[in-house]
Formats: sequence, C-alpha cells, structure tokens
Amino acid sequence: MNILENISAFQNLIYIAASILFITGIKMLGKEDTAVKGNFLSALAMLIAVVITFLDPDVQVNPYLILAGIGVGATVGSLIALKVKMTSIPEMVALFNGFGGLATFFIAWSEFNSVPDNTFQYVLIMLTTYIGGVTFSGSIVAYGKLSEKLKIQKTSIITKFFTTIFYVSIIYLIYSILIANIFIPPFDFFIVLLALTLLGGIGFVIPIGGGDMPVVISLLNSFSGIAAAFAGLLLLNNVLIVAGSLVGASGLILTVIMAKAMNRSIGNILFVGYASSPSGSKSEETGEVKPINVSDAYLILENASSVLVIPGYGMAVAQAQHVVRELGELLESNGTEVKYGIHPVAGRMPGHMNVLLAEANVPYDVLVEPDDVNPMMDTVDVAVVIGANDVVNPSATEEPGSPIYGMPIIEAHNAKTVFVLKRSMSSGFAGVQNPLFFKENTRMLFGDAKDSIGGLVSEFKE
Amino acid sequence: MEVYALLGFVLILSIYLGLELISKVPSTLHTPLMSGANAISGVALVGAIVLGGEGELQNILAFLAVMFASINVFGGYLVTNRMLKMFKKK
Repeated sequence: MNILENISAFQNLIYIAASILFITGIKMLGKEDTAVKGNFLSALAMLIAVVITFLDPDVQVNPYLILAGIGVGATVGSLIALKVKMTSIPEMVALFNGFGGLATFFIAWSEFNSVPDNTFQYVLIMLTTYIGGVTFSGSIVAYGKLSEKLKIQKTSIITKFFTTIFYVSIIYLIYSILIANIFIPPFDFFIVLLALTLLGGIGFVIPIGGGDMPVVISLLNSFSGIAAAFAGLLLLNNVLIVAGSLVGASGLILTVIMAKAMNRSIGNILFVGYASSPSGSKSEETGEVKPINVSDAYLILENASSVLVIPGYGMAVAQAQHVVRELGELLESNGTEVKYGIHPVAGRMPGHMNVLLAEANVPYDVLVEPDDVNPMMDTVDVAVVIGANDVVNPSATEEPGSPIYGMPIIEAHNAKTVFVLKRSMSSGFAGVQNPLFFKENTRMLFGDAKDSIGGLVSEFKE
Repeated sequence: MEVYALLGFVLILSIYLGLELISKVPSTLHTPLMSGANAISGVALVGAIVLGGEGELQNILAFLAVMFASINVFGGYLVTNRMLKMFKKK
C-alpha cells in the first residue's frame, strides 16, 4: 500500500513536469523563432506522460494490448505524416484531429460500461461521448470537403437529412443527460446516443461551405481538446485536463480570429451561412471588364517598383505557388519590391496561404497582414490578385447593403494597377459580385493561374 | 465531490492560461499552431491507458482508443515538424 501510494505521488509529480512542458511548448509554438523547439518540447511532454502512465502497476488493460495499439497507431500516423504532400496538409490536420476525438469517444464509452459512481460522472460521460463523437465524424466530413472527395450541395436532400439528425442528436443528448438516468428507458439508450452522435457530427459540418472551413476546422480542433479535458475530469487525471484545456483554448482563439476576419459571428457561420438569395442591392456594377494578356501584363510588371501579390484559394487549386515564387524572384532581381498580402481567411484553413508559400520557399518575412499593407496600398504599383475574391471585394467597405459589408479586406483597389487572375467571371464563395473587377484600374488576366504566371515568368526570362 | 472542485479549478485555470499564452499568434503560424495543438489533444492516449479493462468489449475499446490516439500523436507531431521546417526567414 505504502509503495503504491508513493508511486501515485511520484506519478503526479511527473504529470506536473509534463504539464509545464506542454505549457512551455505551446507558448513557444506561437513564435516563429522558437516554434520547432516548442513542438519538440510538447512531444517530449507527451512521451513522459505516456511512459509514466504505462509503468503504473494499477494499469488494468493488458500491457501487450496497449503496446500493440501504440505500435499500430505510431506506424499508421508516421506513414501518413511523412508521405503526405505538403499541399494536402489541411485535410491531414482534419483527419488527425478526428482520430483524437474518436479516442475520447471510446474512452467515454468504456467508462459508461464500467458504471458511473455518481451523477456528475454520468453527465461527464454523456458530454465527452458527444463532443468526441462529433469531433470525429465532423472532422471526417471536413477531411472529405478539404480533399474534394466529398462534394455535396448545401441544398441537397442529403445535407438536409443530416442537418436534421444533428438537431435530433442535440435533443437526444439533453434527454440522455436529464431523463434517461432517472427514468431508465426500456431500450439501450446509450447505443442510440453513440449512433446519433456520429451521424450528428456529419450534419454539423456538412452544410458549411468551403470558404467557412477555416472556422470549422479551428472549432473542431478546440472540441478535440475540450473532449480530452473532460475525459481527464472523468478519469481524475490532471495532465489530461491541462493538455486538453490548452488545446481547447488555442482552438478557440483561432476560431475567434477567423470569425473576426470575416466580420461574422460564430453562430452565423455555423448555422446560417451567407444569405443564399442575392439581396436587393444586387451590385449594379455592370461596367466594362478590361481583359489583359500576358505580354501586356509583363510590360506593366517590368516597370513596377513595388508589387503586392494577394493569393487566395484559387492559387491552391491551381497549385501555382511555385511559379508565383519564381515570378517574385524574377521581379526582385529586376529591382522590384515584392510583398505578399495574406488575408487570415484566404484558403480553406487558418494560415493556408502561409503554408503553401512556405512550401514554395517564400520567406515568411515578406508576408504581410491586411492591417499592415492597407495603409501603404496607394504606394503599390501593381496588386496581383491570384484566385482570391471575397477577401479583396471593395463592397465590404463601400456598400452597406452587401452581405460581406464590414469584413476586413485587403484593399487591392487602392493600388495603382490591379491584375486579377481568374478562370472566369463567377462570383466568390459568398456569392457576391465583386466590383473590383470593374474598377478603372483593374485588368483581368483570364485563365489558369499557373499558366498565366508561368507565361509571365517566361516573358521575364526572355 | 471535492476532487471534482479541485480538478474543475485546474481546468478553468488551464483554459485561462492557454488563452493568455496564445492570444497573439502571427498568421504565419496559424496552421502549425493548430496542427501542434492537435497533436497535444492526442494526450487522450494517457486516458486510454488507464481505462478499466475487464471483459472483451472493454479491451477492444481500450485498444481502439490507444490506437487512434497514437495516430493522432505521432501523425500530429511529425506533420507539424515537417511544416515548421519549411518556414524560412529571408
């Protein structure tokens, strides 16, 4: 008994050390210079916490089973992480996140089977099951959407079906928490909860459009942390609580940053979406669109002394980041100052553009945020908009009736000349027409972004 | 019940600490932070190890929880590391 108590005290000391390492790690992960080390420290914390837990003689699960599980998980996880192409990172993050949620889902299930001691534990089990399950199936849907394997219209019957299930699952969760514990139903209500939770998670994410993905991804990230923290409360395990809470908090911060960058509330993004009917003030912007070809664009770029590149999801789709970097280098050797204006919600996840450009070897200190670049926009000779739309839509500042009015944008229209690289005249994710395309100083360079930029690159090389 | 009050205190304090620590993150690091935090949520692995393990179903659940949490941990840390290695200063 005495020895066991000592082991438990020792284990708790190690847990404190691991918690401190987690905290330091995540803090360092928030700064460019220390991020790699921060990630390493948090991995170290994980190792310590897992090893000391495993060595506890109180562990009831067969140790070989645990080792086998870790072995399989480590192999699968490492293979995916090392094989995946850098451009598929968004969906990989979603997938891993889902697996974390699934693990807590199983933990809660197992705890339910070992019969909760008190009401508080019972409620925690219901909540952990639900959050873990929704995180899992929601992340899988997000994975499908990000990798473009899953294409479902917001108005389709499947979407409506799953959305309904989502609301049913919430009501059933409340029933499970409040009533099922007291008036025990004649059927296995918990199995029903497990199923509804997984289906509900699909319904939670399925109606959310591509442009709103950054918010959902951050939120699911936060959920997986909260689920782990709740599992920690359930198992009376403090390192789970601390680490889970940190993840919950960091996910929450990203969610808020993303929502702010769209000037919308989180509730609006999750449950409303952009008004589908083009509202009354349908931009009467029917001015002339002025197309330009590659060789004319080249002549203007060659004489520019400062160029701002504004990438959007279209750059990711066209996989144009490498030619963009090449063009940037050629411009610089031509004496032009090149910067990249990155909007926080450009792309499909927080920081999507930053990762793509980093992959193409663009140094991160030439990437600027909207607040820094907007005041000096009138000194920019050419703003090159590559596959971005809503994040450069001047309606957000000029047209109070517009659905995106109030959203902070990159004010590309204030640059001396704007090139917009675009496949066609279709409107952006928000379904709002973009007056930028009709401005006096805008030239449209139609076609695939990779081809257009590639054309500019070869013009420079000649 | 007392133990829950104490652990609830730890929970609230940790969330507050997290919010304070990460409130200002440069947008360059949004993805790595998310991915790194995601790896940390694999700490559910610790929870999976201490599950009660009697009966076949319990063993299956524990095994699955350990396995999925491990994918999250290993995959998450490695992907984050790979991503961070790409970020370079001029």
